Amino acid sequence: MAGLAATYGSGSMTNAISCIEKADVILITGSNTTENHPVISAYVKRAVTRRGARLIVVDPRRTKISEFAQIHLRQNLGTDVAWINGMMHVIIQEGLYDKPYVESRTVGFEELKRMVAKFTPDFVESITGIPGDQLAAAARLYASGKPASILYCMGITQHTTGTDNVKALAALAMLCGNVGVVGGGVNPLRGQNNVQGACDMGGLPDVYSGYQKVADPALRAKMAKAWGVAALPEKPGLKVTEMIPKAESGEIKALYVVGENPLVSDPDLNHAEHCFQHLEFLVVQDIFLTETARNAHVVLPSACFAEKEGTFTNTERRVQRVRKAVAPPGDARDDLSIICDLSTRLGYPMRYEGAEAVFAEMASVTPSYAGLSYARIEKEGIPWPCPVPDHPGTPVLHMGSFSHGKGIFFAIDYIPPAETVDDDYPLYLTTGRVLYHYHTGTMTMKSEGLMDRAPECFVEIHPSDAKNLGVAEGTRVTVTSRRGSIEAVARVSPRVRPGMIFIPFHYAQAAANRLTNARLDPISGIPEFKVCAVKLAKAA
Amino acid sequence: MGEDGQNVIIINGNPYAFEPGETILEVARRHDIDIPTLCHLKGAPPTGACRVCVVEVEGAASLMASCATPAGSGMAVHTETPKVVAARRQVLDLMLASGNHNCTIRQPDEADWTAQQLKVMQEDQAEELCPVWGDCRLQELAFRYQVTAKRYDPAKTLYPQELANPFIVRDFSRCIRCGRCIQACNEVQVNNAINFGFRGAALKIVAAGDRPLRNSDCVFCGECVQACPVGALVEKDTRYRVRPWETTRTRTTCSYCGVGCQLDLHVADGRVVRVTGAEDVAPNYGSLCVKGRFGYDFIHSPERLTTPLVRDGNHLREATWDEALDRVATGFKAIRERDGADAIGVLCSARITNEENYLLNKLARAALGTNNIDHCARL
Ligand code: SF4
Ligand code: SF4
Ligand code: SF4
Repeated sequence: MAGLAATYGSGSMTNAISCIEKADVILITGSNTTENHPVISAYVKRAVTRRGARLIVVDPRRTKISEFAQIHLRQNLGTDVAWINGMMHVIIQEGLYDKPYVESRTVGFEELKRMVAKFTPDFVESITGIPGDQLAAAARLYASGKPASILYCMGITQHTTGTDNVKALAALAMLCGNVGVVGGGVNPLRGQNNVQGACDMGGLPDVYSGYQKVADPALRAKMAKAWGVAALPEKPGLKVTEMIPKAESGEIKALYVVGENPLVSDPDLNHAEHCFQHLEFLVVQDIFLTETARNAHVVLPSACFAEKEGTFTNTERRVQRVRKAVAPPGDARDDLSIICDLSTRLGYPMRYEGAEAVFAEMASVTPSYAGLSYARIEKEGIPWPCPVPDHPGTPVLHMGSFSHGKGIFFAIDYIPPAETVDDDYPLYLTTGRVLYHYHTGTMTMKSEGLMDRAPECFVEIHPSDAKNLGVAEGTRVTVTSRRGSIEAVARVSPRVRPGMIFIPFHYAQAAANRLTNARLDPISGIPEFKVCAVKLAKAA
Repeated sequence: MGEDGQNVIIINGNPYAFEPGETILEVARRHDIDIPTLCHLKGAPPTGACRVCVVEVEGAASLMASCATPAGSGMAVHTETPKVVAARRQVLDLMLASGNHNCTIRQPDEADWTAQQLKVMQEDQAEELCPVWGDCRLQELAFRYQVTAKRYDPAKTLYPQELANPFIVRDFSRCIRCGRCIQACNEVQVNNAINFGFRGAALKIVAAGDRPLRNSDCVFCGECVQACPVGALVEKDTRYRVRPWETTRTRTTCSYCGVGCQLDLHVADGRVVRVTGAEDVAPNYGSLCVKGRFGYDFIHSPERLTTPLVRDGNHLREATWDEALDRVATGFKAIRERDGADAIGVLCSARITNEENYLLNKLARAALGTNNIDHCARL
């Protein structure tokens, strides 16, 4: 979420989910909302069908939510900056932007204007494949929305240009005065239940909890004092996408992996497996013997969400309680007590009476959580920032001013995806999820019912490509990229565009990430899961 | 309250202020005046289908459905007159007689209870009372209004049960055609999977083309199951196995996607046996998706790890916590001494709690001495 942080000074969903109820226009891009965030999609669908809100969907796939859209633009994979700049071009050209807002609350408008000047609808059509008149219509519709909300997901961020894509969306929203208003905003829908919380809690190499920079000596001193140590490391650490290759080169010797399964979720999986082989010491703490755990030197059995106390922070920054309903199986223990025990054995004793005591300590060193306590969120969660105990929480960020003063327009040029199709690899592959599974499937694939609905991996392919390749519904096909190859059954469907295929990434047996490209966005470190070049043939 | 009596309604003799556009039912609920309903679904437009919520309005020729009648200035409403009670009893009587409502409330005449019970047992392939016995709005209201459907013969069953999907049993013989499921599907979740089909006595809730749910647009969110006031829509897994008085509920947060739906885990004998959406709080107000509602099997999966494992050569073997944790601590300490703390990396998780993530961040930086901590959310 580096793009949002750069623009507004804060990198999470700007508005509460309930703001969708107040939006006049909603723009969804890079989010298969009905399958990945079903309950949020219901808010959107209700807004359209019951209140007459107007919906724009920009997605190469014909997703369920696109059936509710007034305008559905189907761009070529990896061309997001181009269509976003194109919309801004039309909006500026036709004088549809919010001039008072731009003047009083933003900087960098002139540079933006110069940059988007060349992104005429015709030029954008040549890159994105979106007909120029449709692009212009979408631009006018978005600009007419008072207020207009933007929702996006991994289809925007999982590119080498992901940070650029987000900055461009953030600029579009500011241009029309939609940030810091109820019903508007730029809203990343977080994929996993507690991504927001993991980031908020300092699960990032360069910040402590509450995004307090480790490079700042004053903050380092504050944390060292709170934690009772003489000093804390100064240098920002490695991102996960750097750690794994560095296992191969020997700079990383040991990994402690808690509740993650990188050996299905990582890009360019064959290479990731190879890197893991080089680790001298791998510790995995999880509820199942995952693909990653099988490679571990020590496996620590932990408790699932139903077996422990604590909090999760949802995609709208709402801090909500997790409560223990049942006991963990066998000798499995909750992660909290495992971490404390391990830390104590490492010579740094940790002792807490329970999760609430940890929360209280965390809140005392984390300004955005400082006003929160279990008592306050007993009945209903509260969205941070919540700096003091009588603060009501903050459903809408940036009201009146941005976290760092003025909102910054970034003038961003279009860069093609890292890998483009050629004669050898003539199809674009994009990856994603299906309704019935979650992430690497370690939880959902234990459910007979969910497996019954979505039993195996598939390749979605357009009827015209299927015909050319002699592939029919249900044919077993082999999909090959420069990095690897998998087998799955074909689903012939106009949901995808000609020239592209879609594969869900959940399935370990046919892991789509054997194909994907590990090239990273240089700022966020997010890999380009959403586009790479492949070829497809009937399985031998 | 308006000084000149504007926007004031009189309910059971007391004046109450209302907002223009509010229905009689809404005003009454806001002031804790109990008007029973069956078909009314919060958050969806009223249909007025069941007529249980009728009230007497002074000066009106007939009883009015309070869910569909806007409050009016000076309107005088009575919610529990003999006429109202008689009308409700008649509605409930017909409903109770209309299907396999084999709870102890239903008392068929002469031919006695046994005949009906045998018929239902045969059709249900079960030897028990209705699967939602004790958790049924119709049963509750029948009890409140002392209705037994004594005057009616057991109804014929027109449509067989639908068992052909993994999640939901559709039992048309217990359907009272209140339409709440349709409202839940079309107005709340907007999945538009079901609607009324056929006419008159043959009225049935159907997916397009009267196909089974598994071949329809249904996405198994289960909103309809939670909305059904009777035993016509029931979670397959809980049917006959879970009785409400044998379970306790724990309010918690869904562990799948980032919406963070609030839900209740229903627990019996130390196992999660059912999940329902929490209706009174953000962000989901009762809604869930198929993963949150039906994806809980993993909690009690036999594949769960139950003991620490340590590697001996090529295989992992069981170990005690002491052995495993010592091995971890020794391993990390040795590498730190030899190669420095930055040779160690920690991957925390979007799956674990804030408290656990906070402690991992503390462990990495304060105990191990490295900022190499990240999570896989970017993936
Ligand atoms: S489960 Fe959901 S989609 Fe299916 S019929 Fe019920 S409400 Fe509709
Ligand atoms: S299935 Fe349930 S909710 Fe739907 S009409 Fe029948 S009784 Fe009402
Ligand atoms: S119930 Fe579905 S939509 Fe709600 S948090 Fe869980 S996975 Fe997300």
